Amino acid sequence: MSIELGHFSLILAFAIAAVSALGGLVLWQRGDRLAMVLRQASVLQFVLVAVAFLALVQAFVVSDFSLALAANNSHSLKPLIFKISGVWGNHEGSMVLWILILVLFGALVAAFGRRLPSDLSNLVLGTQSLLTAAFAGFTLFTSNPFERLTQPPLEGADLNPVLQDIGLAIHPPLLYAGYVGFSICFSFAIAALVSGRIDQAWARWVRPWTMLSWIFLTLGIAMGSYWAYYELGWGGWWFWDPVENASFMPWLAGTALLHSALVMEKRNALKIWTVFLSIITFSLSLLGTFLVRSGILTSVHTFASDPTRGLVILSMLAILIGGAFLLFALRSSSLRQGGLFAPISREGALILNNLFLATAVGAVLVGTLYPLVLDALTGTTISVGAPFFNLTFGALMAPLLLVLPFGPLLPWKRADLVAAGQRLIGMAALAIFLTILISALGGVSISLAPLGLLLGFWVTFGALAEVIERARIGRIPARESLRRLIGLPRSIWSTALGHLGLGLTVLGVVSVSAWETEIVTTLNPGESTELSGYIIAFDSFDQVAGPNYVADTGRFTVTAPGGRTAQLDAERRTYVASGMPTTEAAIQSYGLSQLYLQLGEPLDDTHVIRVWHKPYILLIWLGALVMAGAGVLSLTDRRLRVGAPQPSRKAVPKAAE
Amino acid sequence: MKLRVLMLCVLLSLPGAAMALSPNEILPDAALEQRARDISAGLRCLVCQNQSIDDSDADLARDLRVLVRERLVAGDSNAEVEQFLVDRYGEYVLLNPRLGLHTILLWAAAPVLLLTGLAALLLARRKNHSTGAAELTPEEASALAELDRDGPRA
Repeated sequence: MSIELGHFSLILAFAIAAVSALGGLVLWQRGDRLAMVLRQASVLQFVLVAVAFLALVQAFVVSDFSLALAANNSHSLKPLIFKISGVWGNHEGSMVLWILILVLFGALVAAFGRRLPSDLSNLVLGTQSLLTAAFAGFTLFTSNPFERLTQPPLEGADLNPVLQDIGLAIHPPLLYAGYVGFSICFSFAIAALVSGRIDQAWARWVRPWTMLSWIFLTLGIAMGSYWAYYELGWGGWWFWDPVENASFMPWLAGTALLHSALVMEKRNALKIWTVFLSIITFSLSLLGTFLVRSGILTSVHTFASDPTRGLVILSMLAILIGGAFLLFALRSSSLRQGGLFAPISREGALILNNLFLATAVGAVLVGTLYPLVLDALTGTTISVGAPFFNLTFGALMAPLLLVLPFGPLLPWKRADLVAAGQRLIGMAALAIFLTILISALGGVSISLAPLGLLLGFWVTFGALAEVIERARIGRIPARESLRRLIGLPRSIWSTALGHLGLGLTVLGVVSVSAWETEIVTTLNPGESTELSGYIIAFDSFDQVAGPNYVADTGRFTVTAPGGRTAQLDAERRTYVASGMPTTEAAIQSYGLSQLYLQLGEPLDDTHVIRVWHKPYILLIWLGALVMAGAGVLSLTDRRLRVGAPQPSRKAVPKAAE
Repeated sequence: MKLRVLMLCVLLSLPGAAMALSPNEILPDAALEQRARDISAGLRCLVCQNQSIDDSDADLARDLRVLVRERLVAGDSNAEVEQFLVDRYGEYVLLNPRLGLHTILLWAAAPVLLLTGLAALLLARRKNHSTGAAELTPEEASALAELDRDGPRA
């Protein structure tokens, strides 16, 4: 019964979305009455899709295998959390989650957007409803999640054991929230193009939504990377896989959008470019979600590679994205550019940021799609793998990182590069000193390592330059400095922290790439080996039975250079039902570095043991967390602005008392 | 995120199958071994989509690793080893595509995009100057007027 309730809710949501889209986009000039109706319709869409989603969750939780989706993807003995995450561990269910997040964002705009001019609000909610109608329609007509079985099985087919991981519970919702959040920017861009009106208020509106989506996407990507790192068994954390690139491109474009919207908000410049980026970013999100889904890129992310579905998805993308760009081509000339500035200025720096980020997006896009296109056109198959991306992406990021610390120190409109350079000279000296010191101590295994290190330190310290200067640290009493630090505007803090996070990630990447050590050897219980000062003793070997697998377990004692010891268990599991083997590496953190130990296969009566020492690897994800935190800080700063482009209240009435 | 590799390799490596680089594959000559590792990192595990043979635990990857080492021991240069594998498996085996007529667009993409962007910026700047975009919009004019009226702020 509840399944049909869910089904009808989704159908109703589809119908309401279709009508809202028509109403919003055709009658947008009808003003406040329509705006009120559309807002209510948006909230209603969210409620209905939420009901549909909860109906699915309920069927999975109570193991109602008369629902085909649950029968195919769930199992009554699965832990509760994996029953719930199983809802989106498949094509149909993940579509419903996608739509749920889409209507959630629509409802948020409706709820917080009462101050929006009514025609803008109509257009935004109309576009948002159009997206909802398109994807709800696609789900209902080609991949209905509410299909029933006339003869329900007694037990479900279970979810792939690899997907039974906390990673699946968190990673897709985070990524989707990021992808889908950019739909708001897209809708605002369409609204600006249709109405021909775009100003600083528009940018002030778009920026918090961009920031929110960007935070989710940052966390989603970092989480996916860490998941791969511990699941894969050999400690790789980024592979330039098409699926990863698909999530990385919207992130890069979103980062560019954050910066260009800043220029627009503060200086009323870069309008056309910002609108263009808004469309691009969401288009890349769509491409990311659905290129994978369409079966063009085969992967386990491809839950269903049914060619008709793929065709429908690709035509939908072509119409949505193509339509948006057509609109852009026709209307963008009507948007007036404003705000003059000299090349050396805050604006100029942010444009440079956009130039490099946009080029990086293009390079990654070409690298990802090139093999597909070449194969389709000429039948030649080539691979475009990590070495290519490392080279092109690295070459584009190096100059960006080099100029990055200057950006926040330059004033708007016209700036003095020499003055900014003087303010950074201490940080530059510190970065150079540390680079030389570490290169001398650590040895230079790859020739570019010192350059990477230098850039990492430069960005990290450079990010702090303004904060330190403003707090006058070292020049006034510490207590006074602290007071100044706390009193700094949050926008200064979030800029500093965002760039600091990036610097930390760069340092982590460089450190692991250059100074990772590895040993591959054979050991018997009782023997030990040594890696980078760590002594790894193989204590015992057992075969143990887990709940649904049997495992070879190696127990190790690792003695760190300082004398600290730790017990580690590394496993090789074979899942009974499927016969699928997995390796469960043992990971031990030492500060920000990790020892990564894998129990290999038996070899001539001994065991193959692989150990990696990964210096400062945690900086990679710590940096991402710091970046996301900086985003949150920035959002709290504009808490009042999420709601509306409110004219900043003229402070507190002066001397009222 | 890297589920595809995870899955494929999980599917392909049956219990007891070879894992990534094993001790018995390692060459006694450290310099030769290092060359083997460098070459391996750039070769695709053909059944693993996007993993290098150095990282993969598929059987085929092991065979390729052994093959690379055999060629090195036989005295091949790095380039000769690569060519040997390309002859056998096609250019698909190289993770870093060779520069050629068929990949010219791929390799040129990033520099061309960057230069196009720069050119567009310069053009936009020149246009702004020549069309006298320095004129004030009505809003700017009124904002200026207001500032004048208020006088300098504290």
